[in-house]
Order: sequence, then structure tokens, then C-alpha cells
Amino acid sequence: MDPAFLAVQALSGLSSASSLFITACGLTIVFGVTRIVNFAHGSLYMIGAYTAATLVPRLLELSFGPVTFWAGILASALIVGVIGVIIEVLLLRRIYGAPELFQLLATFGVVLVVQDLVVQVFGPQDILGPRAPGLRAPVEILGRRFPSYELVLIAAGPIVLGLVWLLLRKTRFGVLVRAATQDRDMVASLGVNQALLFTGTLFLGAFLAGLGGALQIPRVSANTGMDLSIIAEAFVVTVVGGMGSVPGAFLAALIIGQLQAFGILIFPKSTLVVVFLLMAVVLAIRPYGFFGRAEVIGGTHAVGIASRTPLPGRSLILLVVVAILAAFPLVADAYLLKVATEILIFALFAFSLQLLIGVGGIVSFGHAAFFGLGAYGAALAVKWYGVSMEAALPLGLALAALGAALVGAFVVRLSGIYLAMMTLAAAQILYAVAFQWVEVTGGDNGIVGVWPSPWAGGPVPYYLLTAALTVVTVLLLKRIIDAPFGYSLRAARDSEARAEAIGLKVRQHRWLAFTIAGAAAGLAGGIYAFSRGSVDPSLLGISTSVDALTMLLLGGIQTVMGPLVGAAVLHALRDWIMPLTSLWRLLLGLSIIAMVLIFPRGLVGTVRDRWEARA
Amino acid sequence: MTLLAVNGLHKSFGGVVAARDVTFTVARGEMFAIIGPNGAGKSTVFNMVGGQLEPDRGQMLLDGQDITHASPQKRFRRGVGRTFQVAQTFLSMSAAENVQMALISCYRQSNGLWSPARDRHREKALELLSRVGMAEAADVPCSALAYGDVKRVELAIALAGQPKLLLMDEPTAGMAPRERAALMDLTASIAESQGIGVLFTEHDMDVVFGHAARVLVLLRGQIIASGTPDEVRQDEQVRRAYLGDEHALERPKGMSPA
Repeated sequence: MDPAFLAVQALSGLSSASSLFITACGLTIVFGVTRIVNFAHGSLYMIGAYTAATLVPRLLELSFGPVTFWAGILASALIVGVIGVIIEVLLLRRIYGAPELFQLLATFGVVLVVQDLVVQVFGPQDILGPRAPGLRAPVEILGRRFPSYELVLIAAGPIVLGLVWLLLRKTRFGVLVRAATQDRDMVASLGVNQALLFTGTLFLGAFLAGLGGALQIPRVSANTGMDLSIIAEAFVVTVVGGMGSVPGAFLAALIIGQLQAFGILIFPKSTLVVVFLLMAVVLAIRPYGFFGRAEVIGGTHAVGIASRTPLPGRSLILLVVVAILAAFPLVADAYLLKVATEILIFALFAFSLQLLIGVGGIVSFGHAAFFGLGAYGAALAVKWYGVSMEAALPLGLALAALGAALVGAFVVRLSGIYLAMMTLAAAQILYAVAFQWVEVTGGDNGIVGVWPSPWAGGPVPYYLLTAALTVVTVLLLKRIIDAPFGYSLRAARDSEARAEAIGLKVRQHRWLAFTIAGAAAGLAGGIYAFSRGSVDPSLLGISTSVDALTMLLLGGIQTVMGPLVGAAVLHALRDWIMPLTSLWRLLLGLSIIAMVLIFPRGLVGTVRDRWEARA
Repeated sequence: MTLLAVNGLHKSFGGVVAARDVTFTVARGEMFAIIGPNGAGKSTVFNMVGGQLEPDRGQMLLDGQDITHASPQKRFRRGVGRTFQVAQTFLSMSAAENVQMALISCYRQSNGLWSPARDRHREKALELLSRVGMAEAADVPCSALAYGDVKRVELAIALAGQPKLLLMDEPTAGMAPRERAALMDLTASIAESQGIGVLFTEHDMDVVFGHAARVLVLLRGQIIASGTPDEVRQDEQVRRAYLGDEHALERPKGMSPA
């Protein structure tokens, strides 16, 4: 192979490694001190890019030159740092003690809020930034042209590493950051002003995210998709390097940069897959990344359902619910039936996640993977083999169960935040496959023409079919939750040491739970595919996973039936509010944050507690 | 008759030797205590016997069967029950359900998907709870129990597996003095009546000398004395380790700098 080509590939790999490291370094420092995985880190990166792309051209009009350019970049990063402080003071400060799931969801709420705010402030168009003065001409490397700005970026990574190293080694702030990374409680008991330390850390982290984003403007235009694409990569870098480890992040960024540069030669379309496969392999060998340590997971982090005495007259309640569901087509029009069908589908999807999170304490952040696998499995069976709905639904379910069994085999070894990241990675890999394997999956357009069998074709029969499948599956899952298997999952969640000491095979149980939950989610996905007549990659995306988590949170994570109510409420709200406003994501994000802060028990949990307090 | 035989157990963490050539035996129905100052290696030895830590060298035999490399789950099946320094119970379940869970596992029903867990082995669980004096609290959630009561429930859980050997890591830590004696009296009577060997670590010397038939003293990972409580009490080295004098902190001969 042409050596010049290889050299240029390696160099561009180095420059993307630098950008990635600068951003991921902020994420890992913030995690080290606050133990919060900040989903909004990608949003800060995006704000940095937008700010710089807007600010720097104005500054260059005033006085053209390299000094102005770099001063503008730094100023943008500082502005983002201040935004980070605001986020810390308003939100993060209130959730340091909350369970991981709530932290992840709350910071994801920030992601949603920022997405709409960025459009409001900077407009919907992509903004192409100016090229750096003095670095416009490419340089020749072995006879090939290479952008000189990329060379500056290559240097920027090690420079930031050096400066961060100096900051952490030579300043009092740095000593405190390192101490807090090792043992936060000890630092607190030594009388260190924690509030100031955490705020300072967030400033540093946000500054680095902003810098990473601002440095991109001569290469790519600022756009609204930047936040989620960088956060996925930054997660991989921090997880592979070991959460909280700056050198680990540097090493991981180097490896990932090269993998991306040369992965193109092997899998031209799917560098993302290569990156996430790396993460899967590293975590399979070293469950805490290169330089990470085992997370101490306290009992307070396991929230979930507890034993309750069965409600008297519960079979009567069930009968009433079934009767209402069955009678609904008598009063509802076609539109309402469609909404009700979707609500039932998402209720089943959310309920399958409750088996993992509420019962097993397994915080999966990629449950959409199995929903999507079920949908694609059914759709592919229809498209390529022409099978009927009756055969396609079980095939979708089987594909989802198989996928969940595979993913589960990897993730049950992990715990806490590593597990959440790994499930997210698995969903992202599948998303990339669905998106990029155009010949089979139809790529972005997905697959159309997935229609139910004639007998189930109309809105009423399909609604009834959905209701029947949902009710039966929910009852089966409920049975499992109350059976010894569900209790074993709860036992492992409450105390892994105790569960092992009474002979429970914790991993085996978790793996089975993963498979069952995946199968149920796959059934929901298959029904969804036939209800819409089509599938597309968004079914596997982060936002679908977060939808399910939001339903859990809204209904109440400590209640068995909460997710069903949460699904109904979220879906109804979305149907009602979304047509009225362009700021749906802002509203959803703020609602998620508000729920975590003031309403963590969810609807059903709150009602139940009121009820019990009165009794 | 020997129940547990521990032979030449060795464990180091980096440069720190936490257990060096630890050898002892526990007989059926015997209360056997491991004591030592903080950092002596008690918990290390304990967790190697419990299967939470893998020893670097050495061998453990339970009833003549090698359990050196067995997982905690396998040890449970061979007849090892244990309690933890900080009591470990299932806080989302009632006291009875905690014990039922152990019974369900004992009868290998933990993969059962159909009939409800709360109806299984309830009679047996209540009987075990009444044995530790917790029958009244059977339906109270574990999260609502006082710590001393949680420790009793934990003992009932450990007994549910019909253990031959009961491991108790600081069984009375965090309990009021009167509760301590009561819990250990209870343990001793159960151990004696069922021929269970009890291996425990303890800081409270009243508990140790009041209940242990034999005592092993560890210092910096090494056995410095073992015997009946009276023999140990008279031992010069033990007195020095516990009471302290100008030699107490000297490194014993032949030990590499840690």
C-alpha cells in the first residue's frame, strides 16, 4: 500500500484522537470527582462549536490575525465553562446522591433542553466557521497535501494533556481533584469545601468540552447532531480508558483515532461499529477499562420494587381493566384507537425494561436495541421471505431474544455505570448496522410495506390483537417477577454478596433476565412495526431507549405497574403537546429534570405512598 | 472430629502480606475465634474461607473435600453458611422472605418462573426465624428492622442452608453490649445442638473469651498463638500485641519489609 496514503491516514487519525481526547478528558475528570456521567457533556461541546463559529468571525472582522482567532476559541471555551458552572449549580448539585439512573436521565434532560435552545439561539442552519488565519495552506507530506490546521490539532492534544497534568499535579485544586477521584468521602470529611471543588471541576470539564467543540470549527460546520455523536465517542473513550483516568482517556483516544482512520479501509461504512467493538472487547477483558477501578456501589444505588402484600380483589381489578380495554373500540374513533395501540405497545416495551431495572437493578441504557431488533426481525422476515404476520412476530421476538442473550452474555459481568455504557454501546452498534447496511435494511429509509394479515388489518382488530398480546405478556412477566426467579433477581440487586453466599448464580440469573426482557421488548417492536407498516433506524436509537426510561421514571420505578401508567401518560402528552409547540424537546427535557428533582417516585409511587399514609 | 482443615493459607496484596502460612482446624460443634488487632489479616483469612478471596497458596478441606478454589455458591452447597461484618440481607424483602429466599436457593428452585416465591417454604422459614427469636417480625420489611434484629435475620438466613460450618465475621459489631451476649449465646446453643462448627472473628474480648472454645491470634498476617482462651490470655506475645509496649510494633524476625 502507498506509504504516503498510510502516513496521511495515521496523521488524520492522530488529529481526531486529539479532538476526542480534549473533550473526553473533561468528561472523565468530571466523572472522577462527582461520580456523575454527564450526558450533557456532548451538548457543551456543541455549544462550544456554535459559539466559536458565531463569535470568531465577528472578532476577525474587528482585527484579522491568528491571535484574534485563538483568543476567540479560548473565549468560546470560557463561555462554555461558565455554562457548565450554571448547570452544576442548578442541577448536578442536587443529584450527587441520587441513583445512577436518575443522574443519567437528568443530564439527558439537559441534552434535550440544549438541543432546542441551540436552535432558538443560533438558528436551525449549520454554521461553517472561518479557517484559521495563517493555517490556510495545506502542507505536503510525502507528496500528499495535508491540512496544516490538522497538524495544530495533533499538537493540541498533548498540550492539553500536559496542562491538565500540571494543573492536577502542581495546584491545590489539582490535588483536591485527584484526592476526590480516589475517595470523595474522605475529602469531604477533611473539611474541604466540596461545593467549590465540584463547581470548579464542572468549570474545568465544561471548558474542555467547549474547547474541543470550538477547535472543530475550521474542519466541520457546527450542527445540531454534534452532541449525540461526540458523546457516544467520548463515552467509549472514557470507558475504555477507565472512568476518571486522564492518561487512560489519552491512550484510548489514540487507539480509537487510529481505528477510525484505518477502520475505513476494512469496514468502509461503519467506523462506529469498529469503535464500539473495541469497547466491547476491552470491557470483556478488563471490566473497568485500562486504568479504571472497581466502583463501590452502595445499597442506596439500588432502587427498585419491594415486596408488598397483594392487593385484595386484584383479580377483579384485572377483569375491569380487561373489560375496559376490550370495550374501548365501541367508543373510540380510528385515531384514538391508533393512539391506544401505540400506548399499549410502549407499555409493554417499558414493562419489559422494568424487569431489568426495577427488579434486577440492571440499568440498561440501550433497551431500544431489542425493541428495534424485534421490529427489524419482523420487517425483514416480511420483506425477504414474504412470511405472514403470524410467523413474522415470533421471528422478531426470537431475533430480539437472541440479540439480548448475546449482549447479556457480555454485560452481566459488568456493574453500574459500565453496564449502562455497554448496553448503550450495543444499541449504538445495532443502530449503525441498521443505518449503514443499506442493501439489507434499507438504511435511513428503513423498510416499508410491513402490513398485518388481512384479518388483523383494520384499526379495531389490530388494537384488539395488541391489547391481547400486551395483557398476556405483562401478566406472564408479572408472574415471573413474583416467582422465585424474580425474587432471585431482587436478591442479587439488594446484596450481591448475600446472594452469592446463599448459592444464587447471580450472573446466570441476570443473563436470563436480559434474554426474557429482550424477548418481550422484541415482541413490542414487532407489533409496532406492523402497526405503522414500516421500520426505520430511529427505533434502535438513544431516544427510543430514553423514552422507555422516561416512562419508567414517570410511572415510578419502585412500582410494578408504574411503567404501564408512565407509557400512557408520556405518549398521551406527546400526542397532545407536540403539535402545539416546536419546543417539545425543551419541555420533555425540563419535565425529566423536574421529575428527577421533585418527583422521583413517579406517578404511581406517589399515589401509592399517599394512599398508604392515609391508611 | 475435624470439620474444616485450613493448611498453609497465604495471601498478599501487592507488597503487603495479609496472610502468611495460616494453618488451623475447626471441629464439629466447636466455636472457634480468630482475633487480632486491626489489620492483622482476620478478614482476609475469613474471606478466603468464605470464597470471596482466592488464596495465593494453601489448601482448605471441608469434611475432607477440597474447597480451596470453590466459588461462594459452591461452598454454600457443600455446607458453608456465613454472616457479614456489615449485615447483608435483602432489604426489599420481609424477614421471612429473606429466609425463604435462602431456602429456595437451597432446594435449587431459584429459576422457578411460575408459582409465587412468597408461598414457598414459609413454614420452614418461620421456624428458623423463631429459632433466632424473630418470629414476630416475620412480615416486617428488613429495611424497617433495627440493626440488631437484622443480624438475627442474617443468622437465620445462614442457618437455612443447613450449614456444617458457620462463618461469622464480627458477628456483634454495631450491636449493644447486652444484645451481643444474647446473640452469641444463641449461636453457641444452635451450634452445639446441631453439631455446626462456628468460625468467627471478633473485637469484643468478652464475646471471644466468653464463647470460644479455641482462639487463634493473628498479627500482621501470621499466627502468633492459638489454644484455649486461658492459654491465649497468658501468652506473652498476645499480651504484647494487645496491650502494647515498646516492642509491640517491631517487625517479627524473618519478615520482609512490607
